[in-house]
Amino acid sequence: MIHSETFAEIATLKERNLIALKEAREAGRHAVGTYCLFSPTELILAAGAIPVSLCGTSQKPIPAAEKVLPRNLCPLIKSSYGFAVTDTCPYFHFADFLLAETTCDGKKKMYELLGELKPIHVMQLPQIQDEAALDYWLMEIGRLKTRLEREFGVRITDKALTEAIRLMNEERRSLQALQDVCKAIPSPISGLDLLTVLHNRGFSVDRRAAIELVDRFAAELRQMAAAGISPFTESTPRILLTGVPVGVGSEKLIRIIEESGASVVCLESCGAYKKVEQVREGGDPLRAIAERYLKVPCSCMSPNTGRLELVERLTREFRVDGVVDLTWLGCHTYAVESSVLKKHLQQRTGLPFLQIETDYSESDTGQLKVRVEAFLEIVHRSMKRTA
Amino acid sequence: MVSVGIDIGSTATKAVVFDGMVRGRAVVPTGWEPREAGLRAFREALSSAGLREESVSRVVGTGYGRVSLPFSDQRVTEISCHARGAWYLNPDTRAVIDIGGQDSKVILVSDDGSVSDFIMNDKCAAGTGRFLQVMAGILDLTLDELGSLAASSEPVPLTSMCTVFAESEIIGLLAQGTPKGAIAAGIIDAIARRMEGLVGRLEAHEGITFTGGLATNGSISGVIARRLGLSLHVPEDPQIVGALGAALIGCNA
Repeated sequence: MIHSETFAEIATLKERNLIALKEAREAGRHAVGTYCLFSPTELILAAGAIPVSLCGTSQKPIPAAEKVLPRNLCPLIKSSYGFAVTDTCPYFHFADFLLAETTCDGKKKMYELLGELKPIHVMQLPQIQDEAALDYWLMEIGRLKTRLEREFGVRITDKALTEAIRLMNEERRSLQALQDVCKAIPSPISGLDLLTVLHNRGFSVDRRAAIELVDRFAAELRQMAAAGISPFTESTPRILLTGVPVGVGSEKLIRIIEESGASVVCLESCGAYKKVEQVREGGDPLRAIAERYLKVPCSCMSPNTGRLELVERLTREFRVDGVVDLTWLGCHTYAVESSVLKKHLQQRTGLPFLQIETDYSESDTGQLKVRVEAFLEIVHRSMKRTA
Repeated sequence: MVSVGIDIGSTATKAVVFDGMVRGRAVVPTGWEPREAGLRAFREALSSAGLREESVSRVVGTGYGRVSLPFSDQRVTEISCHARGAWYLNPDTRAVIDIGGQDSKVILVSDDGSVSDFIMNDKCAAGTGRFLQVMAGILDLTLDELGSLAASSEPVPLTSMCTVFAESEIIGLLAQGTPKGAIAAGIIDAIARRMEGLVGRLEAHEGITFTGGLATNGSISGVIARRLGLSLHVPEDPQIVGALGAALIGCNA
């Protein structure tokens, strides 16, 4: 683990923020729990409420979820539901209501079950990124606005929205700056530590403070990179991880990759690089929000060429030596898209590519190690060839 | 130089002594002590080569037990070792089908014997040696008997790929009076279908070498090749290809 007081501060943020959230709720503030990158955080902020990320990255509550949900469902859904039904996610506990989107079939149906536990607002997400879909999505964002206004007895003004967009853009800028530090060869931080930062800062109640903290940490990392401090060397293979969302508790693949001697320098996932695109400032704020959120290159979109372009661009920007595509068991959209992505990257970059399908359990660690090590043997050879 | 490759698989542990040619070999059951099995295979292979431990300059470990081998100089995955071994035995090899005890894989081989891509079955036992063993057990047949019965029978379709469900399906078929031969053929068909999926994903068509414990069984490997509709090259000693590859990698190091 990286030696830095700022890192230690971020690593314990989740616990400390819980107290802040509890106090804020007692002082009469509202909280809205979200699961997904498609949730327009700006609206929650403009309503004066606190957006909180909900838990869903741990194996622990899955047995409880399997009492109701089918066993062969993706672990992300089972974990999310398990946390809710066992009331072991404090963020879920403190949320006034849940905000969700119809990204995939499993989640969509799970939200119906969650609705029995807590009030929920489900946004109907279009699955194509064209003009008609944008109009529809804008309407859905309008419906969310009405719901928030009604629930919390407030009016969401354009001014408040514009401020929220600015704040969120600041956050996106800071998140991008943090991740871009890993463009340094070697990266000053392991993928595992980077994930810890990305994951924990998402539970912040005070967003400005979190932005300041991430900026401070990124500055430290830049200094370390300039001084050549790194857990890796210049010849450590650089890996881009793409695919399903990963968080603390579901990081086993990142751990295996780094234990096998590589460095995960770029995470093209929901909590990481998929998140950094800015909302256009100026003009109708609601439309600007709708445009940005609909553009998320998630595999639930069809077609989803945006992801192919993003991953390809990131392989060059981060000068990676190989791409690992992670699919949770039962996540059909990412699983099917893997062959499309592989073909695209082979034609455009020629980089070694590995797809891994797994869940949150440790039962296949041995097999995953064989796959990852064999993949790195290929990566090493391809690095030698291009050197 | 003398290089020894040791391949500790889930079922069998193999060792090959190489010094420009194969000098010695050994195959022992892995049992519950992969480390002991590795040591035993090492010593047996050396004695079959008529060499002493002091003359060995490099030991390369591979297979699932590679981490438990304390005296190896290098560890390489079985994926790279199978590719290298198969390519050495037949330089026309462009793909390797390896059916092992607990997993099966298809490996694409570059023209220098290195791996360019690979795919492995998921974590269930379908399509592995273990699957075949369990099914043969239900029919009360040895693997040889299963292979020869399958070769002379029309397969009954098995719909379950999961070992546990296939087991109950077979018991059901036996209860209905389905001949053992048809079931045996059905079992091998199921494995071939599974391999067909993996082979198709990597678009492997030609220059395919079949390695691993299952390939040692002539009748079974024959049926698999026929069902796959591919011509498979089976090396003389398919079980030791991984260990040979490990020894070869040790030589180049």
